[in-house]
Amino acid sequence: MNEDIKLMKGNEAVAHAAIRYGADGYFGYPITPQSEILETLMAEKPWETTGMVVLQAESEVAAINMVYGGAGSGKRVMTSSSSPGISLKQEGISYIAGADLPCLIVNIMRGGPGLGTIQPSQADYFQTVKGGGHGDYRLITLAPSSVQEMADFVELGFDLAFQYSNPCMILADGIIGQMMEKVVLPPFRPRKTDEEIRAESPWATQGKRKGEAPHIITSLELDPAKMEENNIRFQKKYKKIEDNEIRYQEYECEDAEYLLVAFGSAARICQKVVEVARAEGIRLGLLRPITLWPFPAPVLSEYANKVKGMLSVELNAGQMVEDVRLAVNGRVKVEHFGRLGGIVFTPDEVLQALKEKIITQ
Amino acid sequence: MNMDIQEMIKPENLVYNKPRLMNNNPMHYCPGCSHGVIHKLIAEVIEEMGMEEKTIGVSPVGCAVFAYNYLDIDWIEAAHGRSPAVATAVKRLNPEKMVFTYQGDGDLAAIGTAETIHAANRGENIVIVFVNNAIYGMTGGQMAPTTLEGMPTSTCPYGRDIALNGYPLKIGEILAQLQGTCLVTRQSVQTAAAVRKAKRMLRKAFENSMDGKGTSVVEFVSTCASGWKMTPEQSNKWMEENMFPFYPLGDLKNL
Repeated sequence: MNEDIKLMKGNEAVAHAAIRYGADGYFGYPITPQSEILETLMAEKPWETTGMVVLQAESEVAAINMVYGGAGSGKRVMTSSSSPGISLKQEGISYIAGADLPCLIVNIMRGGPGLGTIQPSQADYFQTVKGGGHGDYRLITLAPSSVQEMADFVELGFDLAFQYSNPCMILADGIIGQMMEKVVLPPFRPRKTDEEIRAESPWATQGKRKGEAPHIITSLELDPAKMEENNIRFQKKYKKIEDNEIRYQEYECEDAEYLLVAFGSAARICQKVVEVARAEGIRLGLLRPITLWPFPAPVLSEYANKVKGMLSVELNAGQMVEDVRLAVNGRVKVEHFGRLGGIVFTPDEVLQALKEKIITQ
Repeated sequence: MNMDIQEMIKPENLVYNKPRLMNNNPMHYCPGCSHGVIHKLIAEVIEEMGMEEKTIGVSPVGCAVFAYNYLDIDWIEAAHGRSPAVATAVKRLNPEKMVFTYQGDGDLAAIGTAETIHAANRGENIVIVFVNNAIYGMTGGQMAPTTLEGMPTSTCPYGRDIALNGYPLKIGEILAQLQGTCLVTRQSVQTAAAVRKAKRMLRKAFENSMDGKGTSVVEFVSTCASGWKMTPEQSNKWMEENMFPFYPLGDLKNL
């Protein structure tokens, strides 16, 4: 038996993975259904072992600005929240994107709009992949569909964030955050030393050394010509990410006549739908985007040449379906099915929708 | 004694010079503004403490948004009001560094009140430099939380009306009440004597932050000649006659 196999909630897995990954700091504020991340970190007291700083901030606004400061000094820092709290963080996320800083943000989505509900939802898709804060920026977005992926994506998220000097978000929901599953935790890794940080992030504010220019972390540039240059640089970075970092999973897609497209918890349910449909003789497959941005549009574009129709299955009123339609560009029928406000669909409901909206049309 | 200029600038005859940390970039501050003197004091204190390579400043949104253009240290430019949160993380993650925020009255006492009070209440080992000129200078002279009663600004053109706008906020007194602060002092820089005194308190504040004594706040009651629509000389006089009675100078707390 491997002693690192544990049974735990997705939220707890994020906390343990962050400590083991060698994260330098976590700054957060309680909100259901993600409070176990902060609670687990406080209970584990990593400042006594790895030296990781954990702080309960006075607000989500303060927490994301702490992340901005920590990231500016080259540290591996993160925050987490749930939908209403993520809305509060948007200002800080935009500043982080505007200053080219790497960090990890976890959103355990709940139903909205407004204070909404504490039940799971995927209604923050637009907010995450289309902007959220002000300005032309992108968040690398990872959508875990298991507790194992909650743990794994902490490392992947930080690695991608530092590789591209860009904020990364883990976009999960109350189901993935709250459910308990078997998880293999990653091994402990030491935190980076200040020298390693200086080598890895030569721009970091670690104190100006003699003979070096001061390091200045800012998103401000009043000269529009220079600001356009900054934006062009961002867009080049985003293009590189789109070219290299698309991740997805195919399930029973090889001979598929119809395709479900679903991410996160919805994809877990759709896996069952595929099994039931195949038992009925319907050749159904599931494509699960793992990166929501960059979106696996080229893959879906290929499938548009092979299948008769696609159903985008989401816990929202139809958000990712717009990206599926853009990828497919009218070549096959693409419809959406979802439940709203914290209600989770059953596999039967999804299959029924597939028959009504795609197969019999 | 008669000295020609060449004689005067010999090192042995110099009684005053520009701190090394202040570069030659032309400042955007208006004539008569207090920011330039306060920048210089910070540069001098950092140099005298030998902390040039260990200091990280957090600049605000407001007139001092470009502070990073004038002092050659590492800087992080924060969103409006958020610099105490930014500084909290920088200091906690880099405890051997000397970390300060530089904030105006709108940044510190309006939009950033929560971040300021909570950073101070946690006793973060940072210095908060607070420039209180009772007006929003950068955006063109709007009402600040510290604008005095009856004082006209572009958003209270007939003078601050308490019934409409509430009272000027004595944020220094509030911060002095918090158990996390070890020093809250109110200074000014309109005379040579005031500058010398302010520098001593600034040095104490930076020393406190490295001694782990908690949060130190140095408030500078300041002028904004442009925003107040006065000459530099008039604004110094107006500050002494109107600001000092409401924001009296001295230590509000010095542990």
